[in-house]
Amino acid sequence: MKFVDEFRDPKLIRQAAQEIRRLAKPERHYRFMEVCGGHTHAIYRFALQDVLPDNIELVHGPGCPVCVLPMGRVDDGLSLANEHNVILTAFGDMMRVPGRTGSPLEHKARGADIRMVYSPLDALKLAREHPDREVVFFAIGFETTAPSTALTLRTARKLGLKNFSVFCNHVTIIPAIRAILDSPDMRVEAFIGPGHVSTVIGCRAYEFICRDYGKPLVTSGFEPLDVLQSIVMILRQLEEGTARVENQYARVVPWEGNRPALQAMAEVFDLRPFFEWRGLGFISQSALRIRDSYAEFDAEARFSIPGIRVTDPKAAQCGEVLKGVLKPQQCKLFGRECTPEHPVGALMVSSEGACAAYFNYALRKSDAVAV
Amino acid sequence: MVAIMSVPNNAPPPVRFRDPQIEMAHGAGGKATRRLIEGLVAPVLGGPLLESLGDAALLEIGGAGIALTADSFVVRPLRFPGGSIGDLAVNGTVNDLAVGGSKPIALVLTLILEAGLSTEVLEVELRAVAAAAERAGVAIVGGDTKVVEHGKADGMYITTAGIGLADRRVRCAPSLVKPGDRILLSGPIGDHGITILLARGEIDLEADLCSDTRSVYPLVEAMIARVGDAVHWMRDPTRGGVASALNELAADARVGIVVAEDRIPVRDEVRGACELLGLEPMHIANEGQFLAVIAAEHADAALAAVRGVSGGEGAVIIGEVREQPTRTVLAASAYGSSRVVDMLVGDPLPRIC
Amino acid sequence: MCLAIPGRIVEFVPGEAHMAVVEVAKVRRRVNIDLLRENGLSIDDWVLIHVGFAMSKIGVVEAEEQMRLLAMLGEDQQAMDELIGYRFE
Repeated sequence: MKFVDEFRDPKLIRQAAQEIRRLAKPERHYRFMEVCGGHTHAIYRFALQDVLPDNIELVHGPGCPVCVLPMGRVDDGLSLANEHNVILTAFGDMMRVPGRTGSPLEHKARGADIRMVYSPLDALKLAREHPDREVVFFAIGFETTAPSTALTLRTARKLGLKNFSVFCNHVTIIPAIRAILDSPDMRVEAFIGPGHVSTVIGCRAYEFICRDYGKPLVTSGFEPLDVLQSIVMILRQLEEGTARVENQYARVVPWEGNRPALQAMAEVFDLRPFFEWRGLGFISQSALRIRDSYAEFDAEARFSIPGIRVTDPKAAQCGEVLKGVLKPQQCKLFGRECTPEHPVGALMVSSEGACAAYFNYALRKSDAVAV
Repeated sequence: MVAIMSVPNNAPPPVRFRDPQIEMAHGAGGKATRRLIEGLVAPVLGGPLLESLGDAALLEIGGAGIALTADSFVVRPLRFPGGSIGDLAVNGTVNDLAVGGSKPIALVLTLILEAGLSTEVLEVELRAVAAAAERAGVAIVGGDTKVVEHGKADGMYITTAGIGLADRRVRCAPSLVKPGDRILLSGPIGDHGITILLARGEIDLEADLCSDTRSVYPLVEAMIARVGDAVHWMRDPTRGGVASALNELAADARVGIVVAEDRIPVRDEVRGACELLGLEPMHIANEGQFLAVIAAEHADAALAAVRGVSGGEGAVIIGEVREQPTRTVLAASAYGSSRVVDMLVGDPLPRIC
Repeated sequence: MCLAIPGRIVEFVPGEAHMAVVEVAKVRRRVNIDLLRENGLSIDDWVLIHVGFAMSKIGVVEAEEQMRLLAMLGEDQQAMDELIGYRFE
């Protein structure tokens, strides 16, 4: 596959790993945070920790939009399917996320009409095919995905659809990064920056991290060579004593971002005054809601939802793992009460969750651990 | 599986299955399926012959070794590029017998038909069954038919039982699998599952792909004829894919398995579809492939034998059995790292076979 | 949902200015190209696809430049090794 395989070239990977070993000073312990869940997944999927020297520690950030959604919002979405007889549509990632009375898949098995889609356009198509039913799209994702939802709503308006709405749970990345930077637990010296979010918001958005906090950020692609090259670039900056934004993923990320995407988002969404993030608490201006001018497509305006706050089980340490304070395997429930098969929190089921990535790709099973 | 083998035959293991209801995942061929079988089905139905949880049971009756297997087919849509439910029913059963180390002889077939099913569709499927049986060299010797209300059977479900004659040249069991043994895969993976997914028409993907449904008996037979009891274990990786089959082996045999990521054959189209949809090719069902574990010194000969049969040209040795890490399957990359390949969790593609 | 894949535009859909057919490893998918219409897309352009939308046009020049830089990582090391070899005790 072009633009994929070249960036998995074994020889170049070994070379990049060697360069990293050359640059990393043995007396230092480096802590870099990869913000984006997609990077966490890539790091484990390609076992990149195996080729990095021991003194480079990768800290997993909160960039997993499914993981940061509080359980109460999952329940709100499920109430739409159960109480209002809607066709609830969601990405595959949402289907196994635990709600208080079961995941969407479990609710589906009990009769709720919940369907997996690969695009918000699939949900729109369902609405056109079933004019007699209400169709709701459970929208999740950072700025990578929000433009798709925005364009879908624009199309819904153009088509004059009367039975389609979106349950909007889009969140924005900058407030999350700021929350990490301002956290007293924060001991990260550089960032492997979001790759695909940056195709929308551009690289300029991260400059405050370098300017106000003195930490380098390199926006990175997702193939092994991308991540390794980003680490090389970070190490060089630390060596030089600079802190600036660099764009390793230049083949895809435009420095200024994507104007039509930002325009569509501005037309359809505005910012919620505050939103609750698992692990990070309430953060102001960190999530999107559907504008009043598009209220007919806002599931929260069309239907009444419980809006009950549900706290995670006490023993679950999802929040600390999301902030990078704990590694997945350090959570007391990891691999015991919480596994991909019976997850306690979303980090164990989302394809971008740190716990799922570690469990699926890195956990070496011993006879002591139940299969 | 370990629990069953460690308990004396006269004390059935306790029922350990605690899920309150059955979910789609329990039929997906991954972890949930295994928990259901090990935790509820096997303990209740009991018996030493269920121990091996293999594809076919081996019964000794009056000096003859008889292999017996059962299977069920609930695919939607009924017809797809490369075949139909009729083909799956015959080939799937024949393959269970083949990888169970027997020569497939005969099948009985039951049809559960949904009221409203078009007779033409039924006739087409019966002809498919007859043609597949002839190609596979087996006889259909009986069956049953039931009709259920509209909405209850996705058109048609087929269940089968198959009988074969044990091939005395080979004996397969997880206990015979040893560190150092090599793992053979007969051809590219993922064709069937992805074909079904695309045939559903729910996803806007198009590819030139067809199901790999076929009898693998000629390939298996050629391999056994060449290396005999150097074959220690065989499995056809249907639901749950190669990953689930190898994980079951690793657990049953208490060994580690390492496969070379870049040696596993995957067609471009399957790879492309999996990348687009976020699926793992090793978790996708196959209906015309088999895995075999072969003693190291005979692996090359076994491979040559399979490759020498028409349809076996794509066979490769994909990895080997190790002592550590036990009960774990690893995929090694070309640049010196490795990741765990876990059993399928959940159900990415419902109703594919 | 960071999952985004590079694909090649093989066809524009007549009558649907928003849509193009993109190919990924011989699999074809219809994607919405509204976010890139300002760029001006042509057949054989490569785009990054995410949940049915083309998010970005892939810069072939940038990709080649990146591969060049990556290849150089090894060369630098070889040059260093040679240099070390010239040292006299």
